[in-house]
Amino acid sequence: MWRDAFLIMQKDLNIELKSKVVFNQVIPFGLVVILLFGLAIGKFDSSSLSTVGGNLSDAGLLKDASAGLFWMAVTLSAVIGVQRSFAIETQDQARDALRLSALDPAGIFLGKAGALLVELAVLESVLALCAIFLFGMQIAVFWLFLAASCLATIALSAVGVIYGALASGARTRETLLPLLFFPVIAPVLLSATKACEAAIVGQPSSGMIWIEVLAVFSLCYIALGVAAFGSLLEE
Amino acid sequence: MSEENRMTAVSLREKRAQKATTVVGILAAISLVATVWLGLFITPPDEFMGNLVRLLYIHPPIAWVMFIAYGVSFLSTLLYLWPRTRDLRFDRLAGASSEVGVLFTGLTLISGSIWGRPTWGTWWTWDPLLTTTALLFVMYLGYLALRQLPGDPDVRAKRSAVGGLIAFIDVPIVYFSVLWWKSLHQAPTVLDPTTGKTYIHGSMAYTLLLGFVAFTLLFIYLLAKRYRLAGLKDVYERLSLQEAIEERKLEATAGQSAYENAVSAYGPKDELVGQNSFLEKAGSESEIPLYPSHSSQNNLSIRAQNIRGEII
Repeated sequence: MWRDAFLIMQKDLNIELKSKVVFNQVIPFGLVVILLFGLAIGKFDSSSLSTVGGNLSDAGLLKDASAGLFWMAVTLSAVIGVQRSFAIETQDQARDALRLSALDPAGIFLGKAGALLVELAVLESVLALCAIFLFGMQIAVFWLFLAASCLATIALSAVGVIYGALASGARTRETLLPLLFFPVIAPVLLSATKACEAAIVGQPSSGMIWIEVLAVFSLCYIALGVAAFGSLLEE
Repeated sequence: MSEENRMTAVSLREKRAQKATTVVGILAAISLVATVWLGLFITPPDEFMGNLVRLLYIHPPIAWVMFIAYGVSFLSTLLYLWPRTRDLRFDRLAGASSEVGVLFTGLTLISGSIWGRPTWGTWWTWDPLLTTTALLFVMYLGYLALRQLPGDPDVRAKRSAVGGLIAFIDVPIVYFSVLWWKSLHQAPTVLDPTTGKTYIHGSMAYTLLLGFVAFTLLFIYLLAKRYRLAGLKDVYERLSLQEAIEERKLEATAGQSAYENAVSAYGPKDELVGQNSFLEKAGSESEIPLYPSHSSQNNLSIRAQNIRGEII
């Protein structure tokens, strides 16, 4: 299973290295979303400029909401990443080849989720830097932020691969995937936001409960994927 | 003969099931009317809430049915996934139950919202219970969308089963959210789960109990109807497919015999003249119609028509 997972992960990452679709399209999309949030919520108050040394109050709202906006941008980009991950498989009947390859379905699931995890991790680092610069996000407890991000990314990629496989057989996959993906990912989004808020405010104790919730969700989704991916590929 | 016997046995059982469904439907209607009557005219207003308390006889029973519906859906999904009990009937039951569940989730949200406006001062608040219930609503909407995808029934069933399992994760979260987080929505207080004591006035308790019975009966009635409809839809699809296959087969044999006739009449050298003239001759001069009536095909289309009529 692990060898198969490694093979699939290598395959997906190789394709990404050659085609650079995630790098050239998905990450820029995330940046656009971050910018749009800034445009929608941050307001430029010219009166605050006149008082020299006075705090720029327009950053306040963005700063308070920065954790939520960051995770929202990640989720929106992730759905495109999932679509890309399964666009690879629908081209040239690659899906049938995958099914005939006698690789362990659980391995295929873990491999695809692993590749998506790596891509999302790169995406998140870029977006986190943007959030720090553009929204004024300040992280007080870095390890908490890192732990929340890791667990949330695991959950995101596991659910993404399950639903990506579910929807990829359908003709209406582009519209179906977001409808399925967003509600399921909402608890993860909520817990990740709460944990990151705790990391920003600097209260690790209040963030731990959310880390636990994230861990439970990640485990649930991975277990479900490992168990059910075989029957999803069969169609 | 045995095939016919089996068919009559099936139709007898179906008739009995339909009769039972009608009885449940009538009982549901009676108990609903009784609940409304008791709730609006007989029971006293509440000491604190006044007349608003009358929503008590509707809102909790609806929410209860929502949980029951998702529970039935989850169990039948498990039964479908378990190889020994794998049967498309469980898949249809899961689908039917989720449909009713989504309906009652919507009603729960609406009735709760109507109650929230005068008591909390707002239609909606981002309270854990409300938020997770709203999520549940969209999750199962997604599940129903997944069920609509075209495909082989077994593939579709498997696909929706996985979707159903993921969606069900939210159900216990909704249930326990009141206890886990400090919520604006009160925890269940009518019947304290830890002590088993009731805290409610006599006639109010009976009305509430009747409300639970009424909505549960309504759930059973709707579930039976939707389940039957899902079964009919499957049969209809299968028959239409069979019909289409028969048609193609007949076309093929008609074409084949037309070709043979033409060859015997004009000899093979006419083929060289060109396909158009060949087909013309074959079409106009051979006695065989392109779409001959065929008894089995007619039977199929009549059965399909009947079922279509029933679905609509």
